[in-house]
Amino acid sequence: MLEIKNLHVSIDNKKILKGINLTIISGELHAIMGRNGSGKSTLSHVIAGKEGYEIEGEILFNGESLLGKSPEERALAGIFMSFQYPVVIPGVNNTYFLKAALNAKLKANGQPELDAMDFLSLIKEKIKLVGMDESYLSRNVNDGFSGGEKKRNEILQLLTLEPTFAILDETDSGLDIDALKIIANGVNQYRNNERAILAITHYQRLLDYMKPDVVHAMIDGKIVKTGDMSLAKELEEKGYSWLID
Amino acid sequence: MSKIIEKAIDQEYKYGFVTDIEQDTLPPGLNEDVIRAISEIKNEPEFMLKWRLKSYRQWLKMEEPTWAKVDYPPIDYQAISYYSAPKKKELNSLDEVDPELLDTYTKLGIPLEEQKMLSGVAVDAVFDSVSVATTFKDELEKHGVIFCPFSEAVQSHPELIKKYLGTVVPHTDNYFAALNSAVFTDGSFVYIPKGVRCPMELSTYFRINAAKTGQFERTLIIADEGSYVSYLEGCTAPMRDENQLHAAVVELVAHEDATIKYSTVQNWYPGDPKTGKGGIYNFVTKRGACLEENSKISWTQVETGSAITWKYPSCILKGDNSVGEFYSVALTNNFQQADTGTKMVHLGKNTKSTIISKGISAGKGQQTYRGGVKIMKNADNARNYSQCDSMLIGEQCGAHTFPYIDVRNPSAQMEHEASTSSIGEDQIYYCNQRGISTEDAVSLIVNGFCKEVFKELPMEFAVEAQKLMEVSLEGAVG
Repeated sequence: MLEIKNLHVSIDNKKILKGINLTIISGELHAIMGRNGSGKSTLSHVIAGKEGYEIEGEILFNGESLLGKSPEERALAGIFMSFQYPVVIPGVNNTYFLKAALNAKLKANGQPELDAMDFLSLIKEKIKLVGMDESYLSRNVNDGFSGGEKKRNEILQLLTLEPTFAILDETDSGLDIDALKIIANGVNQYRNNERAILAITHYQRLLDYMKPDVVHAMIDGKIVKTGDMSLAKELEEKGYSWLID
Repeated sequence: MSKIIEKAIDQEYKYGFVTDIEQDTLPPGLNEDVIRAISEIKNEPEFMLKWRLKSYRQWLKMEEPTWAKVDYPPIDYQAISYYSAPKKKELNSLDEVDPELLDTYTKLGIPLEEQKMLSGVAVDAVFDSVSVATTFKDELEKHGVIFCPFSEAVQSHPELIKKYLGTVVPHTDNYFAALNSAVFTDGSFVYIPKGVRCPMELSTYFRINAAKTGQFERTLIIADEGSYVSYLEGCTAPMRDENQLHAAVVELVAHEDATIKYSTVQNWYPGDPKTGKGGIYNFVTKRGACLEENSKISWTQVETGSAITWKYPSCILKGDNSVGEFYSVALTNNFQQADTGTKMVHLGKNTKSTIISKGISAGKGQQTYRGGVKIMKNADNARNYSQCDSMLIGEQCGAHTFPYIDVRNPSAQMEHEASTSSIGEDQIYYCNQRGISTEDAVSLIVNGFCKEVFKELPMEFAVEAQKLMEVSLEGAVG
């Protein structure tokens, strides 16, 4: 589903990604672990289409190049990112926002849009899956939400929009164990053979609940080692320095 | 500059066209003869001419104010023509109206033919300086409601004009009010009799056409005891290179238990988006007097046009228990400047005022909110709630707030909240990542910001207002 070939990314002439190669097949969950500054978030944003980067190399999504496509084009093609720092949008109702997003997707796929009533029924079901109560539906997007609540809101969006490819950018940071379990549960509900996930994380504990198929270790803009869950455990025990040599 | 910024607007100002009708236009210049000419053309009774001359002489003694935070080249008052009207004056039926004129109204979305008015809104269409036709007069007449051009009211209801004109905005009030009082040519006159709830929304559309013709509109709305009226004012103007002065005066009078709701959607030509040149100067004095007990006056406005806006719709809360409200959304984009706000003066007991002001600045727009709340010493138990929010789009615009609070009674309760926010690239990117286009994202965010005000607008205007915001903000996001 996602193919990254020899990706080099700079920002303001500073090189951040130095030749990333990555292939993710439908049904797979890949995890990328690495220290702060290793370039993990940059990779997420470059796939999502954020502007401001100088890019060389290829990113193919279902065989088509993503480069040159705007973030909303990529989103409508089926890419979703759970943000590391979800943005607050004051004055814009959470439910209204999600309905606009879902309807944008339905419209792009030539399907009928949902009206307010239908959407409300849909979202009331989804909200149970992330352990949020209905009061979140009347609040404004991430306005006054705690860190954990923001992350849950991201997963709520994931479950409502049902993208083909989801990037989870440090979804676990700032969460307590209970919240972590709920989030992981939500993600596991989303998983199926037609979808793929790229999870970016510092910590191994999320992966305990989400069971990745492939684990990559990223250091200084490069993927230095690829393995499975045992690699994650090794990193948890030994840190990253043993990989640098 | 962010790469997310969309390219500059290509959207043409939708109303940028000129009607080619021969007009009776006075040559530019202002002196007593011009004023006498205006009064004569309009066939006014003596008292009206006297009032004009008194105002003109007052104006000569006054100095143009400069305290507002707006910048503009000096106005040459002698270079403006103070009267312009289409040739035909007595029109008994719509058949007599110049067809090109009717076409103008159609383009502006004002079908004059009564059959077409499904919405039931009566329209007093002012074409430059003379009102041409009034619809739905009959329906209103049944209820005793008077809704006609100001110049007509001067002839048909002089006693009402004499009684109320200048009582809320005296000719001495300020420089532009004095000028207006001398040279006003037309506007709306509304009188709602005792106990009557006006059966429809009243509205007026304006258009400045001939170059260098200032629009000096005068409106007077009187709501007698126990009555209710909702009045809508919406204006558009064509593209011009010379600046055009619009110095209107609006006076509202609410008697005991009466309510006046005055809504405005203003879309005057704001000046060339690339150079800031041209555009309307909107220097308006609007004030409402809640004369007696339990009266209420509510101002709601959405201002997106004009090169320079200078207006403070205000309320004098004289009657006990009277209520004044001000809901405003003001948008300044490109090179627009606005110094606006409101004044609430509490005189009676148990009076209440609410101010909700939303300012949006984009491009190089500069916006200033100036709000005054005055609680006078006999105004026991006064309450005021003020909320002043600014939103900045991009990095070159500015928003400034000058609240004035003057409390002379210890039982007053005042609440003031203010906030500033911006639409950042991050928010747009977040929306983009959810499949929402940048344009839709800006719309979403701006509408969310403005919704408290939009919900106060009569329904017909609420939709127009939202569309207006979208058009005005195209290309502004960065």
